[in-house]
Amino acid sequence: MITLDAVAARFPEVAPGELALWIERRWVRAERDPDDAWRLTEMDVARVRLLVELRVTLEVTEELIPVVLSLIDQLYDARRSVRAILAALDEQPAAVRAAVLDAARRQPSD
Amino acid sequence: MDDPYEILGVSRTASAEEIRNAYRRLAKRWHPDTNPDKPEAEARFKAISAAYALLSDSEQRARFDRGEIDATGAERAPPSRPGGGAGGWRDWAEASGGARYRSSRGGFEGQFDESDLEDFLARAFGGAARARGPARGADLRFSLQVSFLDAARGASHQVTLPDGRTLRVAIPKGAETGTVLRLPGQGMPGGAEGAPPGDALVVLEVEPHRFFRREGDDVLLDLPVTLKEAVLGARVEVPTVDGPVTLTIPPRSAEGTRLRLRGRGMNGGHQYVVLKPVLPAGPEPELEEFLKRWTPRDASDPRAGMLSP
Repeated sequence: MITLDAVAARFPEVAPGELALWIERRWVRAERDPDDAWRLTEMDVARVRLLVELRVTLEVTEELIPVVLSLIDQLYDARRSVRAILAALDEQPAAVRAAVLDAARRQPSD
Repeated sequence: MDDPYEILGVSRTASAEEIRNAYRRLAKRWHPDTNPDKPEAEARFKAISAAYALLSDSEQRARFDRGEIDATGAERAPPSRPGGGAGGWRDWAEASGGARYRSSRGGFEGQFDESDLEDFLARAFGGAARARGPARGADLRFSLQVSFLDAARGASHQVTLPDGRTLRVAIPKGAETGTVLRLPGQGMPGGAEGAPPGDALVVLEVEPHRFFRREGDDVLLDLPVTLKEAVLGARVEVPTVDGPVTLTIPPRSAEGTRLRLRGRGMNGGHQYVVLKPVLPAGPEPELEEFLKRWTPRDASDPRAGMLSP
């Protein structure tokens, strides 16, 4: 677990106070430790890096961030589901895999 | 690593502003999170980021221009965990712990769980999510064409499934179009150990018959009769779904007379025979001669009242 200050030090391009704001808006889902200070996981730090790319590099405006984040999160929800299904499919006998793939190809693709 | 100027598509004399704009444009286009279907996007994005990291730093750029460092030696990718690169979010988001940043619900439910998968399947494949127990196999649904008589009498059909299995399907007596037969356990195998297989659902499609029509549980049959049979009455053989029976045509049966054969329909319904008198095909001089001299006892006009509706 990483403190907010340590994370801020890693991203000097982010204005002070901005990080706390991202956490309060739950764009970064950090948790509080017993002393009420924010603690970030490595994943939260990766999330901060994503936000830095969006806000600083790509200059996405603050108002658009929730939309962009929501779309990105939905996309990865779907990708995780697809991976889970593919992994499950992988464990099936060859005949089942073939039947599922065959059925999937026959689905209308729109 | 290739020439950073080439990667960003700018000239060696490009201003810092031009380099920055070129980087923005390319970074937007190749960001891995917006190009999940392009595996090359992540590598492109990394190269673009690295090129920009080099060229945006005036000191590094000058050293590169002077040939003091090559593009690789100068690479300063954004800080990230090893292998993560600039697109590091993807590695986290796609891992099983990625559900921490799930879109639909806030909070910290943690791992991708079974209900996620069930939800996904329900939405993706239109089936209802099943609440409990190991996920049972999917139902297989297919349609089966059966002849009118097989549907009326009941029959047994052998069908071949897409996966090569053959199933025996019992068509119940009186089945109609849209009847769904459920063959338990004949669908897709269950996903996990102990999960029951799905069912096969057979949707029947009853083909029309040359003579018979169905109306509820009744069967209708148009029966051509000769003029003589219609006027004088007769006993004739008529087909029913269960084979021919003898039908008495009463004397003076008009066109459209419906005669009932009790219990000869489906599921206790009846068969109705609708009479269609037909004229002889060729000339009938005797009949014509008779009609010329014939004065009907019923002189009423069959079209009475029709001209002033």
